Amino acid sequence: MIELEYALNTFYLLVCAALVMWMAAGFTMLEAGLVRARNTVEILTKNVALYAIACVMYFLVGYALMYPDQGINGFWSGFGFGIPAEHQPDAVLAGGIDYSVMADFMFQVVFVATAMSIVSGAVAERMKLWSFLAFAVVLTGVIYPLQGYWSWGGGFLDALGYSDYAGSGIVHMAGAAAALAGVWLLGPRIGKYAPDGKSRALPGANLPLATLGMFVLWMGWFGFNGGSELAIAGIESAGNVARVFVNTNLAAAAGLIAALLVARSLFGKADLTMTLNGALAGLVAITAGPLAPTPIAAIALGLVAGVVVVFSILGLDRLRLDDPVGAISVHGSCGILGLLAVPLFDAEAGFVAQLTGIAVIGGFVFLASALVWFLLAMAVGIRVEPEDEQAGLDLAECGMEAYPDFAHGGD
Amino acid sequence: MKLITAIIKPFKLDDVREALAELGIQGMTVTEARGFGRQKGHTELYRGAEYVIDFLPKIKLEVALTDDMVERAIETISDTVGSGRIGDGKIFVTSLERVVRIRTGEENESAL
Repeated sequence: MIELEYALNTFYLLVCAALVMWMAAGFTMLEAGLVRARNTVEILTKNVALYAIACVMYFLVGYALMYPDQGINGFWSGFGFGIPAEHQPDAVLAGGIDYSVMADFMFQVVFVATAMSIVSGAVAERMKLWSFLAFAVVLTGVIYPLQGYWSWGGGFLDALGYSDYAGSGIVHMAGAAAALAGVWLLGPRIGKYAPDGKSRALPGANLPLATLGMFVLWMGWFGFNGGSELAIAGIESAGNVARVFVNTNLAAAAGLIAALLVARSLFGKADLTMTLNGALAGLVAITAGPLAPTPIAAIALGLVAGVVVVFSILGLDRLRLDDPVGAISVHGSCGILGLLAVPLFDAEAGFVAQLTGIAVIGGFVFLASALVWFLLAMAVGIRVEPEDEQAGLDLAECGMEAYPDFAHGGD
Repeated sequence: MKLITAIIKPFKLDDVREALAELGIQGMTVTEARGFGRQKGHTELYRGAEYVIDFLPKIKLEVALTDDMVERAIETISDTVGSGRIGDGKIFVTSLERVVRIRTGEENESAL
């Protein structure tokens, strides 16, 4: 029986890891759809490269930093390398071990990639490709794992009672904080704001791709939240997983509906890209606690998230923080919303611990990221030249176009 | 010989092609074009910010004809695409000096 449970849980974790891995495709399509055609190749390159960097860096140093055998103290885990040894059969049969070490690594590594993907959309259309990838090395190897240690790894936030089921804060708000630091130091895209400060539209090139990206993310989220139960063998675990699926799905649906209605009432038209952001807002908000709420409560939380995300996007625009895809609002504002909602449904969670977690994770990731972005800006620069930005990053960084016309062999 | 260049709404293209074929016109060339006349552009909305589309999608249709066909062709195009509303398009007529069919080397009216 123990053997079967171990195998089933491990299998479940691996399937969920594959679902979350697929979220990389969702982010890639969403971002490729919401940038202008001349930046398509660059955003695709950025997304595939950041996924690969996240996988390698988290394997090399990240996992050991986040889940040490024995942390030095609640704040610093000490450096390690690679993945610990797999469980011995005898140890598994003795009970108390739910799934394989390798499966746990696989499930964790795709979360790092998700956090990094959030950054890529926010800094799109103006950041240097190689500076971004250098930042990805530091975020996925050190910044993300260290703050992950504080909570999921058993550090001081965990001891305080900070509650974050699948990572509204640890993954999503962390990614948004890094993105905010980048957006703040980069400045807006050329032409985004009129001299009088009015925000201008820079319409995305491919809304079918953006919509597909939203659905891919929604699907991947079943692995993200469903997998975070970390077990499925047994009546209780299976029931929990099913409930997490239902709540995750309903929060996304409610977020979508709310954003659709809010945008309609504000602008007079159904705004597709705000609507897409609404679904993702619901997903991010439910991620901090997808198990405890009733389905009705999940709908309520999703509705609030769908409203929050639209006003957050408009508010950041007022502050001239140019986020082409709305990543900071979706993952940051709604991540905070989700974390603050946890104590409403879960008696074991408290507002003080949640607020502490928000301040610590948000503050640390923002400051550490700002420092790295700043050092990169000093060393090699983080923003492309204005003429390259106007011609498009595809030509400047990748030397190719997504849709080349009149091309021939060049001889 | 005349060249008729008609700027029309894209969704009228099939109707115009059929109507001109019924007149016995053997060939035409179309180009996806953009432009504006008195209709001007229109505003669209993206993430709450308005933007202006100055140049609306149009089809530019070119037909080379013998002189005696010109009036009937103009009438046919106008009847087919005309809705009486602004934005229906425009027809330009220019003279053709010389026409060559590349395959045979035939010239002028026998090349039309």
